[in-house]
Amino acid sequence: MGAMNEQALAKYTNNFLREVEERVEEGEWVKMCMQCGVCAGSCPFGPDWEHSPQKIFMMIRAGKRDEVLSSDSMWMCTSCYNCVVRCPRELPITQIMHGLATYAQRLGLAPKMNPTRKFSLLFWDNCTRTGRVNELKLALGLYFMDGLVAGIKKAWAMRNTGLGLLMAGRLNPFEILKGHECKDKAGIQRMLKKAYEIEEKRRGFAK
Amino acid sequence: MTEVVATSQTIVVVGGGISGMTAALEAAECGRQVLLIEKTPALGGRTALLYRYFPKLCHPTCGLEINLRRLKSSRNLRVLTMAEVTKITGARGDYSVSLKLSPRYVNENCTACGACSEAVEAAIDNPYNYGLSKMKAAYLPHAMAYPQRYVLDPSIVGTPEGEKAKAACKYGAIDLGMKQETLEIKAGAVIWATGWQPYDAAKIQPYGYDRYPNVITSLEFERLADPHGPTGGKITRPSDGREAKDIAFIQCAGSRDENHLRHCSRICCMASLKQTQYVREAYGEEGKSTVYYIDIRAIDRFEDFYRKVLADKTVRFVKSKPARIAEDRKTLDPVIHGVDTEGYHRYASRHDLVVLAVGMEPAVKGADIPHEIVADSSGFIESAASGGFFGAGCASNALDVNRSVQSATASALRAIQVVRKSDRVEA
Repeated sequence: MGAMNEQALAKYTNNFLREVEERVEEGEWVKMCMQCGVCAGSCPFGPDWEHSPQKIFMMIRAGKRDEVLSSDSMWMCTSCYNCVVRCPRELPITQIMHGLATYAQRLGLAPKMNPTRKFSLLFWDNCTRTGRVNELKLALGLYFMDGLVAGIKKAWAMRNTGLGLLMAGRLNPFEILKGHECKDKAGIQRMLKKAYEIEEKRRGFAK
Repeated sequence: MTEVVATSQTIVVVGGGISGMTAALEAAECGRQVLLIEKTPALGGRTALLYRYFPKLCHPTCGLEINLRRLKSSRNLRVLTMAEVTKITGARGDYSVSLKLSPRYVNENCTACGACSEAVEAAIDNPYNYGLSKMKAAYLPHAMAYPQRYVLDPSIVGTPEGEKAKAACKYGAIDLGMKQETLEIKAGAVIWATGWQPYDAAKIQPYGYDRYPNVITSLEFERLADPHGPTGGKITRPSDGREAKDIAFIQCAGSRDENHLRHCSRICCMASLKQTQYVREAYGEEGKSTVYYIDIRAIDRFEDFYRKVLADKTVRFVKSKPARIAEDRKTLDPVIHGVDTEGYHRYASRHDLVVLAVGMEPAVKGADIPHEIVADSSGFIESAASGGFFGAGCASNALDVNRSVQSATASALRAIQVVRKSDRVEA
């Protein structure tokens, strides 16, 4: 095959769709979308993000790899499942959106400044360390996400809520030193390690 | 009244709509003995309830008239109305069909003079207008009804209203003592042509058919446009009776949806295109139709009709399956929300009236057919192991009138082959 031919072929070979099918959770469903638009219209966050699910699926099929993976849309999904229950083809849209977000994060293409991305990382890091969520550290981490001054301002604004939680016994200030842990911390870590291994192997990331 | 001679040479056709009538007539005109069974008091089925056919926009009464004329002149055809099949046993060439005959309370003396209807005051929902209007409890189903004989609704039998009807009849045609009967007949082959029913639009929750008066189905719209319909042919809003000049048509309301009907109902695209022309006919350039669609499926020669509608300036096409319908509390205007696929624009469009192009499902679904058959996942008949049982028309697939007639003729041919074989065995 000549170079010209290969060039022409490359243009029409949709490698990105194949990549999504192989490497993104539930990605094999993307080709089933018939572009009816019910998901886009049903999304409560619809007007506030760049690309609706319908548009993301079309962009995947059009091979727009960079635009899709650096989009903020997947990070805006609140998992309300409105799109999933209404989709006439029963696509697991919510799961695909989360799958795309995870994949973009893995490749380092996710939008760095997206607040939901930051929160997700903070939450995952927080809860996998000890097997329990340390809510005090999580909340403080969120407040100081955008710097010291912003953090102090936010914490000050929320002081009454914090005091209320303290009075009701729902907030233990000593958690800041050493939070509570699950019984078998090492077991949780091993389990997660194994899960990562399986995932790497199944999605073809293993070396 | 119900003496029926049927042998293993007889073809039984179940369902008196356009498919059943066609199958019965084709077989009878080929010299076969045919028994046509209809559940309601008159032949014609859903076809009789249409205002016009696509693509030529002619009136169904014309086709019905031809078929009724053929039917009256055929000596091989018997019709049983208000009859339902409860069981079919046996195999090809030797079936036994159990029937349940509901009382009409009017015998063959009836001259269709209408005196009983005038005398009676009780009113019931008119099923021929999908409940959009009321009719007297002593009624003639519709102008083209065959047999031309009145019916008494069971709700007035045994009441003073029933006695009123009886007293008004000069011909002694009203028999309030009629009882339900059962009957067992022989048959060589059975053609099952029980047709279709509209998908229950209330199940499509985001479209609010059950909540908003100005969201109606395509079949109800068909009745609104018909001069014999509840509004005398005026296209008005159910909520306030105001003229509906800005009408939205939502395609695939239930069809092509794993949550509702899996199949494409085939007729709805053409039906909505046709109905946009009713709007034009009623309001001229002032009328406005908007068709919300996933894709328009105007197959083969219907493409011409689609092109014609595309060129019509009063019709707008929006490529989008709407996400939901809301209602303006004050005006009761339905507002359609969604995102279109050509540019991904978010819209919230207000209309006078929304017409849901509802899907088609079999009137008697797969397992409910009293015979062992194989049905597809939507309940349409595929085959029967007994060898002499055939689906016809919309009982076998989602079809328009034209294709139903083709399907019915094909099933008549298959049934004739079965009874011809049993001919030879006996000879």
